[in-house]
Amino acid sequence: MSSLAPTRIGDPPSRLRLHAVPILSVMFASALPIMLPLIAAWAYLPPLGLLLFLAWRLLHPSLWPVWIGLPLGLWDDLLSGQPAGSAMGLWTLTLLAIDFVDQRTYWRGHWQDWLIAAISTAIIILTGAALAHSLESMSSLIPLVGLQIVVSILLFPMMVRVAAWLDSIRLLRR
Amino acid sequence: MLRPAQLRPGQSRKAQNRLFVSYVVAIVGSVAALLFAALSVVDPVGFAALRSITQEIVTPAARVTHSVTGSISGMDESVAAYFSAGSQNQRLRKQVVTQQRQIVAASTLAEENRQMRILLKLAEQGSGGIANGYLLTSNPTSSRRLAILSIGRNRGVQPGMPVRAADGLIGRVLDSGPTTARVLLLTDSDNIVPLRRASDGLPALASGRGNGELDIRTLNLANNPFRPGDILVTSGTGGVYRPNVPVAIVVRMESDGATARPLADPAKVDIVSVLPAYSAAASESEITP
Repeated sequence: MSSLAPTRIGDPPSRLRLHAVPILSVMFASALPIMLPLIAAWAYLPPLGLLLFLAWRLLHPSLWPVWIGLPLGLWDDLLSGQPAGSAMGLWTLTLLAIDFVDQRTYWRGHWQDWLIAAISTAIIILTGAALAHSLESMSSLIPLVGLQIVVSILLFPMMVRVAAWLDSIRLLRR
Repeated sequence: MLRPAQLRPGQSRKAQNRLFVSYVVAIVGSVAALLFAALSVVDPVGFAALRSITQEIVTPAARVTHSVTGSISGMDESVAAYFSAGSQNQRLRKQVVTQQRQIVAASTLAEENRQMRILLKLAEQGSGGIANGYLLTSNPTSSRRLAILSIGRNRGVQPGMPVRAADGLIGRVLDSGPTTARVLLLTDSDNIVPLRRASDGLPALASGRGNGELDIRTLNLANNPFRPGDILVTSGTGGVYRPNVPVAIVVRMESDGATARPLADPAKVDIVSVLPAYSAAASESEITP
């Protein structure tokens, strides 16, 4: 229908833009670290794809079906150097956990979202490192990724702003 | 803010079914993915091929950023350097003094060596590389230490080949795509390199720590034989790495070995050379007439 009728000023945004902006932005954030000429001696860059993914989910709870973590996680796995399937599984389980928390809370605020994102990020990075290093002991993993977890948690509010800015573009009326 | 009402699909049977199916897909998919990640030794679905294709698609961007800026060298290191500037200065001054003495000693040895080589007519073992390239980018978000090399199968790069820079060993090729390859750096905790001490041939093993340093373990001695400043080179034991490629310098003693720093910093090297995988048996047969 929309293809036949001429678009008018004030029409709602196209379905393509509504769906593509969040997915493409998360994919771009996953790919960004590998596009920079950065040879890292240790894991210091926060997982940008994961942070933007969580920011979108917490900004718009009904934006995505729960299985979206599988394809987006797969893309992240392909680029992050982590073993195949780690982000796929962990991102999806996180979505399920956030859904579970959502059903049991009535009030939502920025601090609560940040707390949810902080716990999720810490668990995902630690478990991801455990998978990458064939389940070494936790005491040897924490010095490996501890700083990355802290930086990621501190960066999360900025990623929420990025997601909100992208959201305003996404919802812009024609 | 009140939690937005969602998740409940209302009375629609179709919507309820769709929600149920999406949960089933998510749970089954994520459990399967995690199992696959934990047992990632096997690759039944051709994930490696998929990764290599994705890498080929994304890394042209890294080629562009690399050509514009060069590699952003050791950002982490320049930050860390501020914390230890004073003690480092003192240590380096001492090191310069001792090394000047060593250079003098080494230069006389080099001359002696040259003459003895001529006498023995020892052929230099082939030290040529297969191809030269540069390190494009790495995976700075992962706890694994991987770098992406600017050349791949198009220049004969195969998995298992060692990669070195002018200063020393960088790592080995993990997998190679059409025009890029992934290099497992020395500092990855899965990368174990058999070494010997350059001064006396004491055998040792190096494994990465994932933070830019190496763990050095000796194989046979109960007491700790290492001293800061010891140079370690590859021993060639077990193949892969040919002998006598410089690897690391010991910086600290530990209770059960030592901590060493790689001689070649992947963040600073310009050009790296891919060497043929070394096999001890093959080179022996080359030498014996």
